[in-house]
Amino acid sequence: MSEPPLLRVRHLTTEFLLADAGQRARAVEDVSFDVYPGQTVGLVGESGCGKTTVLMSILRLLPANAEIRGQVFFRGIDLLTLTERQMRERRWKDISIVFQGAMNALNPVMRVGEQIREAITLHGLMPPNEAEVRVGELLELVGIPKERGAQYPFQYSGGMRQRAMIAMALACSPGLLFADEPTTALDVMVQAQILELLQGIQRKLGLAIVLVTHDLGVVAEMCDTVVVMYSGKVVEYGPVDVIFNAPQHPYTQNLLQAFPDLARPGTVLACIPGAPPRLTDLPPGCRFAPRCPARMQWCDAEVPILREVQPAHFAACHLVKDV
Amino acid sequence: MSRGGMLGRKVLFSLLTIFVVLVINFVLFRVLPGDPVRAVIGRNVKLSAEAQQTLREQFGLDKPIFPDQFLDTLGQWARGNLGISWSLRRPVAEILAAKLWNTLLLIGLGQVLSIVLGILLGLLAGWKRKTPFDVFALTFSLIAWATPTFWLGIILLAAGSTWLGLPTGGLVSPENVGKPLYTVLPDLARHLVLPTLTLTILYLGEYMLIMRSSILEVLSEDYILTAKAKGMTPWQVLWKHALKNAMLPIVTLIALNLGFTVSGAIYIETVFSYDGLGKLFQTALVKQDYPLLQGAFLLLAVSVIAANLLADVLYVLLDPRVKPT
Repeated sequence: MSEPPLLRVRHLTTEFLLADAGQRARAVEDVSFDVYPGQTVGLVGESGCGKTTVLMSILRLLPANAEIRGQVFFRGIDLLTLTERQMRERRWKDISIVFQGAMNALNPVMRVGEQIREAITLHGLMPPNEAEVRVGELLELVGIPKERGAQYPFQYSGGMRQRAMIAMALACSPGLLFADEPTTALDVMVQAQILELLQGIQRKLGLAIVLVTHDLGVVAEMCDTVVVMYSGKVVEYGPVDVIFNAPQHPYTQNLLQAFPDLARPGTVLACIPGAPPRLTDLPPGCRFAPRCPARMQWCDAEVPILREVQPAHFAACHLVKDV
Repeated sequence: MSRGGMLGRKVLFSLLTIFVVLVINFVLFRVLPGDPVRAVIGRNVKLSAEAQQTLREQFGLDKPIFPDQFLDTLGQWARGNLGISWSLRRPVAEILAAKLWNTLLLIGLGQVLSIVLGILLGLLAGWKRKTPFDVFALTFSLIAWATPTFWLGIILLAAGSTWLGLPTGGLVSPENVGKPLYTVLPDLARHLVLPTLTLTILYLGEYMLIMRSSILEVLSEDYILTAKAKGMTPWQVLWKHALKNAMLPIVTLIALNLGFTVSGAIYIETVFSYDGLGKLFQTALVKQDYPLLQGAFLLLAVSVIAANLLADVLYVLLDPRVKPT
């Protein structure tokens, strides 16, 4: 790609300082990836692997006990070096986010339209009366009749709330949208509608999306690039077709086997035995080694680095050879 | 159902509750020991049996309790006639009305101060959680809440009168008794300092604790994260998104407290010899002045029910999720 990336994350490391005796939980370690304009990047991995923490670190929305290192360039500016005030001015205008809890992400005692309007006027993008019109347009864009902006979130269904959330996320025309498991709390039919809506909006507005999910079906359908994370680290990173057809890391392979395949119904799903390591007590070598079917002796001793298997396809495993 | 219809129903229920209270009030004072006639004429006065019978007929006590006496009493209450106080020999309604304003002045001031300060303290403590300020506010509130009313009153009374030269009791100084209150405002204010301070400290703890836990709960909600992600400053998040949600439990507490403060003032008014309802209740109890007690019970019950009604109405106005049922 000739265009410069919209978001360039380099060596992002996030640690939480724990209350007891200066302990640190390393939730994210040395994460790097790029997001190009109009592209969709999928962040996948099981619960607790640090996907959401990556997004929150980029937006700098973590609690005060979090320590973030590395670089996060958005349109060439390192967000981690900005002052809190500068960062605040960029939130929602550059990067907005749709949370997984569609139920609770909207303020229950505030009208939906007002919550969207607030995002626009907060950044002084347009006078209140124009913002009012814009709220109507945004609601219609996501398929909600604009009169319903006068209603409260409890009067919406789960799917409508997530639509309203998406409308709100688009309020300041951001270049990049974070979608943190946007369909988790919804039923299958509504999930499909929301994903379709996201795809349609992406085509129409040309914005880039970082999609956090553990649903590989969603990744296959939506994403251009996939970042597979395990225990806070990137284990494999590459174009979606390569990741699905020729996964190199045993974790990615296991993850794909643990997912039902429509083409081969009736096959028994594999599962990955064990659980991810505790963040305060990480294994010295490869973090996946204790659960890895292809584990070798030196996997426990040496941390595998992310190697380029083929152009634009990286994996962090001792089995993988450089190109 | 519409909000207006809902309001109508709530008012109707409140009236029904008041009626039940009236019945209980009526029955209670008829099963209590003592002979009204003897109480009126005093224990040691000798009166002929005929004269006593005449009195009985005058008071309507010769008629059966139900329905004659009951309906008669209800009719009198409905017209605002709560009977004559045995000890003060004046209409109960008149006595209550005179003292009510004194109590409302004291309670109102104490409540407004404790509500404003308590909410502010709780808000800041919750927001600056685990900081020294939070620890201080929390400790202070717990101690204040656990302190017995009369004890704090006596301590403040002793300290305030000794070191600050504040008056020890009463509503105004003896030379100003009987003058209209607005003409002696500075004197009134000096007398109000200690009881108001006592009330404020006592209620502040409760408001602070509830507000703190409420704001902590709200701040952990997803919509607060949404508000931050939108690019709002911490103050904007607190003011526009957290406060209204966190205020919901407080509104109930305020309304319920307002209903009970009329009775809660008994200790404070007694300690500070403050001429209000609380002191009046105490006197009525000591002197077994049944008509006065009856009137006092009625006033208490009505104010508690009215406060509950107010809480219900406010809740519907504040929280759109409360369905008008």
